[in-house]
Amino acid sequence: MNPTTTPQGATPVDKPTLVKILRGVLGPDSVLYKQEELRVYECDGLSAYRELPLLVVLPETTTQVESVLRLCHEKGVPVVARGAGTGLSGGALPLANGVLLSLAKFNRILDVDPKNRCARVQPGVPNLAISEAAAPHGLYYAPDPSSQIACSIGGYVAENAGGVHCLKYGLTVHNLLSMEIITVDGRHLCIGAQGLDNPGYDLMALLTGSEGLLGVIVEVTVKLLPRPDCVRVLLAAFDCVEDAGNAVANIIAAGIIPAGLEMMDNPAIRAAEDFVHAGYPVDAAAILLCELDGSDSEVNHETTKVERILKASGASRVRTAKNDEERKRFWAGRKAAFPAMGRIAPDYYCMDGTIPRKHLAKVLRNISELSRQYGLPVANVFHAGDGNLHPLILYDANQSGQLQQAEQLGGKILELCVSVGGTITGEHGVGIEKINQMCVQFNEQELTQFHAVKSAFDPLGLLNPGKAIPTLRRCAEFGAMHVHGGKLPFPELERF
Amino acid sequence: MNEPLCDIESEIRQAVGDAAAGKRPVWIRGGDSKQFFGRIASGAALETGAHRGVLEYEPSELVLTARCGTPLVEVETVLAGEGQMLAFEPPYFGPSATLGGTIACGLSGPRRAYAGAARDFVLGTRIINGKAEILSFGGQVMKNVAGYDISRLMVGALGTLGVILEVSLKVLPKPAAERTLIQECSDQDALASCNQWTAQALPISATCFYEDKLYLRLAGTEETLNQAQQRIGGEILDAGDSFWEDLREHRHPFLSAAGILWRLSVAPGSPILPLQGKWLLEWGGAQRWLRTDIPADEVRREAAAVGGHAQQFRGGDRQGDVFHPLAREVAAIHERLKIAFDPQHIFNPGRMYKTI
Repeated sequence: MNPTTTPQGATPVDKPTLVKILRGVLGPDSVLYKQEELRVYECDGLSAYRELPLLVVLPETTTQVESVLRLCHEKGVPVVARGAGTGLSGGALPLANGVLLSLAKFNRILDVDPKNRCARVQPGVPNLAISEAAAPHGLYYAPDPSSQIACSIGGYVAENAGGVHCLKYGLTVHNLLSMEIITVDGRHLCIGAQGLDNPGYDLMALLTGSEGLLGVIVEVTVKLLPRPDCVRVLLAAFDCVEDAGNAVANIIAAGIIPAGLEMMDNPAIRAAEDFVHAGYPVDAAAILLCELDGSDSEVNHETTKVERILKASGASRVRTAKNDEERKRFWAGRKAAFPAMGRIAPDYYCMDGTIPRKHLAKVLRNISELSRQYGLPVANVFHAGDGNLHPLILYDANQSGQLQQAEQLGGKILELCVSVGGTITGEHGVGIEKINQMCVQFNEQELTQFHAVKSAFDPLGLLNPGKAIPTLRRCAEFGAMHVHGGKLPFPELERF
Repeated sequence: MNEPLCDIESEIRQAVGDAAAGKRPVWIRGGDSKQFFGRIASGAALETGAHRGVLEYEPSELVLTARCGTPLVEVETVLAGEGQMLAFEPPYFGPSATLGGTIACGLSGPRRAYAGAARDFVLGTRIINGKAEILSFGGQVMKNVAGYDISRLMVGALGTLGVILEVSLKVLPKPAAERTLIQECSDQDALASCNQWTAQALPISATCFYEDKLYLRLAGTEETLNQAQQRIGGEILDAGDSFWEDLREHRHPFLSAAGILWRLSVAPGSPILPLQGKWLLEWGGAQRWLRTDIPADEVRREAAAVGGHAQQFRGGDRQGDVFHPLAREVAAIHERLKIAFDPQHIFNPGRMYKTI
């Protein structure tokens, strides 16, 4: 089988020729190639990694995306797709020899269908805009990352991103119906369906979170949910982190699935409180924010239960937001936790491991030990309900060697997450940032299987190459690999 | 991930290795409860039923991990002991149903439209691919975006991509109480009402419309149920639990009768489709069962026209197109994925589509 046209013998194309060809397809204003124009695209939300792309294209129709991909495929030019550039793992980091395909002009909400509770949107639409468009129908789009004002839905799907309401409402993969993608050779595929399932393989699951390696998303149909009648937030303070962790387990063991269940440790509490004055107790070792939603009676019932559990689990203080304003203030501190770090340290590096919750205390202890070893403070923000941990490593990039120290510390934290049965990334994606840690989480055969899947869509490896799935050679160079069955991994590869 | 292989696992792996070496197809068989489903597969039986047992279950983590041959009833019994459940309410279609077969078939029951499908609850899998390699994907945590989501790709793949050895699932607490209401109405009114109620965040956990009767199941605390019943109206059906169980297991006379049973999966708000026959509607209109003499092409055309698909769920020719034919480009991706996992085409060849 030879599904794609192999550009064998395609001569390397020079930049002026490529610019000329692409301007022919897109018009002169939609191809950027001067250094000063390219500068804004040199990184995404992970600014530690920067690279100028060969050029940037800004198509506005699906046909143009097809043409760009077909032409690049013919010439053997790699393509990196980019949405709003808010990603935190360098997934949209450009390639010096590649085209950066911006979907910024795909910014329309095509349809809001209240009857079927879904919305058809272009990939460049910001996450929050979907909920705003659905609001007149009493509906909303559930996944809500901190960056929801800016982050675009295409990137959100490509990363299978989460947010603070995942435990109850799921990740992006749980909130989609269908999508249209353009393959690396410019073919248009419709996957998923308008019903609740589709014939054949679950390509929706495979494409969601594939980090732009399998296709370029040009349209998405998302599910919309009814706004709950009642929402309430409790804030509990704890004198020790372990008690807070146990409180989370106790709430869930009691049969309650909160809409959101967030934990912050003392450094994170203090930074957030200084920044937004959310009313957090700055002397607490940890706080828990527990959001309950549903009908009035359900929420009342659960609030009583949760209050009791929090106190029994050792909370020194439990407060329930008295009104909507206070509820928003409680959340404001949590949602501003990342920028709050920016006020207490010149730079911060956000990690994204997920662990089985039962290991929380141990993992936090080990993180603070690592923090001491590397001499860099770490504040912890935790999607406690689903085990997704965001240690924020504070450093100063202007101090020689600190960035490298921060990266090494981050790598150690991720390896710690894997060692307790967790994962290196819960919602931010692998991108370029965690590519080495993929070698720790997966063995050679598993990585080979991933590459085989990639080849089924993109045999030449032109879509976002170098991201998400490491080559076996890269793992051999990284050196700290998955040890499988006691055998030395990658025996056939040279050591460096 | 790296624990030594247990004997049964090594045997399965050996059998897969032999089949691959000899390019001999195998027919993966757990409890043999869903033989009726899909196309007829060829090949020697590869028995997985003995590879059984719940490996890990921590109620407060909401995660259960079990081997593929674990009887579904065992999984559900263990969960019920802690007041938890598989929220996708899987059909058994026979007492011997296993967890592996349930996930490979990807079938979900009455709660699906309100709680999610089998694929939504799969967190991780351990599989054998067509090269007889044992691979682990996903894990035991709720959020995990490292690598492609191969665990969910296995759900509903009917064993054509690999043998599922272990599955980790997200589980949920059972609702405090459930109540079934029954109302007389027309099919059109039933669809309109279901969609209206679902858009209002009412605590509905299942719907069924059949012969001018709409059945609704509510889930929550007693107080919540009382309030919802006041808003919705309808009489309480005393034998509610057995009604939904019969529906789920296709013991309902409409579903258990002989002949072709069509399953149409469509956008829930789609109108009543212009196909002559007898209907039973579930999932708020998103799953519609049909008995008809109308030719397959026409049934499929109408399902596709409302953004859905039609499968010949039971009966009829099991060597033809049982599942909705795929668009050419999508079919090509399926064929390449099949090769990526099973280069020798040994796993359940033809069970889903002729070419995979």
